[in-house]
Amino acid sequence: MQFPDFTQAPRIDKVGVEERVARFQTRSIKSETKKQGLKMILNMIDLTTLEGKDTPGKVRQMCFKAMHLHDVLPGLPTVAAVCVYPSMVSVAKKAVDGSGVKVASVSTAFPSGQAPLEIKLADTRFAVDAGADEIDMVISRGRFLSGEYNFVFDEIASIKEVCGNARLKVILETGELLTLDNVRRASDIAMYAGADFIKTSTGKISPAATMQVTYTMLEAIRDFMDATGVQVGMKPAGGISNSKLALHYLVMVKEVLGNEWLNNHWFRFGASSLANDVLMQIMKAESGHYQSSDYFSMD
Amino acid sequence: MAKKKEEKMSEWNYAPAPESTGHVSIKERYDLYIDGKFVKPSSGKYFATINPATEKTIAQVAYANETDVDLAVTAARKAYTDVWSKITPTERAKYIYRIARMMQERARELAVIESMDGGKVIREARDVDVPLACNHFFYYAGWADKLEYAFPNRKIESLGVAAQIVPWNFPLLMAAWKIAPALAAGNTVVLKPAETTPLTALKLAEIIHDCGLPPGVVNIVTGYGDTGAALVNHPDVNKIAFTGSTAVGKIIQRAVAGSGKKLTLELGGKSANIIMDDAPIDQAVEGIVNGIFFNQGHVCCAGSRLFIQESVAEVVIRKLKRRMDTLIVGDPMDKNTDIGAINSREQLETIKHYIQLGEKEGASMYQSACTLPEKGFYCAPTLFTDVAQSSVIVQEEIFGPVLTIQTFRTVDEVIQKANNTPYGLAAGVWTDKGSRIFNLTSKLRAGVVWANTYNKFDPTSPFGGYKESGYGREGGLHGLEAYVKLT
Repeated sequence: MQFPDFTQAPRIDKVGVEERVARFQTRSIKSETKKQGLKMILNMIDLTTLEGKDTPGKVRQMCFKAMHLHDVLPGLPTVAAVCVYPSMVSVAKKAVDGSGVKVASVSTAFPSGQAPLEIKLADTRFAVDAGADEIDMVISRGRFLSGEYNFVFDEIASIKEVCGNARLKVILETGELLTLDNVRRASDIAMYAGADFIKTSTGKISPAATMQVTYTMLEAIRDFMDATGVQVGMKPAGGISNSKLALHYLVMVKEVLGNEWLNNHWFRFGASSLANDVLMQIMKAESGHYQSSDYFSMD
Repeated sequence: MAKKKEEKMSEWNYAPAPESTGHVSIKERYDLYIDGKFVKPSSGKYFATINPATEKTIAQVAYANETDVDLAVTAARKAYTDVWSKITPTERAKYIYRIARMMQERARELAVIESMDGGKVIREARDVDVPLACNHFFYYAGWADKLEYAFPNRKIESLGVAAQIVPWNFPLLMAAWKIAPALAAGNTVVLKPAETTPLTALKLAEIIHDCGLPPGVVNIVTGYGDTGAALVNHPDVNKIAFTGSTAVGKIIQRAVAGSGKKLTLELGGKSANIIMDDAPIDQAVEGIVNGIFFNQGHVCCAGSRLFIQESVAEVVIRKLKRRMDTLIVGDPMDKNTDIGAINSREQLETIKHYIQLGEKEGASMYQSACTLPEKGFYCAPTLFTDVAQSSVIVQEEIFGPVLTIQTFRTVDEVIQKANNTPYGLAAGVWTDKGSRIFNLTSKLRAGVVWANTYNKFDPTSPFGGYKESGYGREGGLHGLEAYVKLT
């Protein structure tokens, strides 16, 4: 593979991106398209708990929710994965065993990534050994912002090596990169270094995922596919908490990358509260009226 | 590195999302609006206006002849002398604000009718045409009582009766561009809408009527070219404002010569859209699409001549073709449609003629892979590569969704080629470098030059052309100047 000069990453015009994103939001999603879209969203969610106060009990409850989104309504999918800290991987793995729900683990001194490489590698190895199907690593944003692109690239490549069969999601933490030019450059570095997925945010920094940032990353994925023939997935995370917005993301993925990306092998939502809003909308479509949030389980 | 894996395709396609038309009232027959009344044409003749997306007749519209035009001009003259030139500027402003507000209240209805009568997509009618038309009235209402600040140290007089002829591509918006500054400056108006798209102007007549504007201040006469000719040639008209084809513009200019009538012309174009090698490529591709496919390419300032610097030509064209394939062509009333119907059978024939000509000239054609509806006038988004300055399709205005693509090597070369046209309405420049923008904008001979965007309109900024694209400016302060006499 030929590596591009990352200092010369394609330029991004912010105003143009905003206009393009506004166009996706004018799409009218109705009837069957909406129902199908809502179910797809459920199936693309990485149900997430990443808190200092996480316990095995909390994780087990969330895992049960992941497999039983709303049993009142038959025919609903499960979420794609649960996303937890490395210390919770074995608990989660056991809890979702046999359900098809994947276990994703954050690693590399998530969320700051401020640790030496050996510790990041050990962190990742620990999660993989505990049974993680997917690794969500963070890039070193400080190094990136000081122009050390090779360092960032090598670090990702090293983590990829220890992932084994686990799929690697690379979190750019776009809220700290500030410009779309940087988002594009970081996306390119991550994909050329071996990312299976690129992901916007840790969820610990505001702003988390935005449509502008996600659009920029989707175009990067398209260009990478054109240049290398390799398909990479996308995961916006944080800040997507309602169905309407999530549907707009699907529109964007469809129109930029195509239907090939509209499944949970290539597209995920990192979210904790999105699932219940989607369930509420699905129930509304079935029954014609909204139910109170008390009718939807909170785990 | 992730392996490319065959996944089962989950097709997710948009269900039809038609805009509802239940709230719209269209009469079977429309009369002329003269002297504050809806009156039958003296000839008793009417013509049909059709929906180009379905080819069905929407309504019958009065066909005005010389007698009707004379009545309208006489009414306008009387209203000018007796009322409009006498009331205070603040009163004038109040009326114009009232028109703007009432248009906003009826925005949905106006958008739906604009789409039905002209074939443009409801999204554009709703998000562009109608709000911009309202904004023009709001903007010029603001100037009505501030004219002496608009032209400091000059004596300002209104002109009298303004004859205004508008085209079919932005029927309501063009009517607003013309009527708003004319009224603000103290003139009265006789407006003739295009024969294929008279309905929103007639709806505007109803709104103006409901606003209680004094009779005769705005008159609307519908008809064909001979109606327009009668209006232009009427001896009691002081000012003519025309937007339309260069051919008709030349006829008007000849007819007006020596008559003392003040004239502004906003005519055709063949505008250059220039992509430099350092441009933000994905956004430039959007700009190209917006430049040529907005309103089916029925835009006088459409970026119909694309120039791409050779080092990025391949990638830009590849991305452009892919983007064209995602454009949804079809029912203009569906909220998800990107490209609607061509305005008339006649215009569709013109576009097809140029497409055939392009192929005959040996250019390579690409059309997006869309299926066109069987009924109605439709044209797939089209681009031509392997063309030169000497190709007819590069030289002549097609006024449809047809783009020609040329490559260039240096900045000097592209400036020369961009200016090498009888037209000079607009241009677009795409580059990451500010210095390049300033260099190009100062050397391109075009009335509007957009940098890293295209087809942006605002009531505060002037619009108009060089050379055969016409003269005079509409919009902003400059647009006001066309309707006043300064001494």
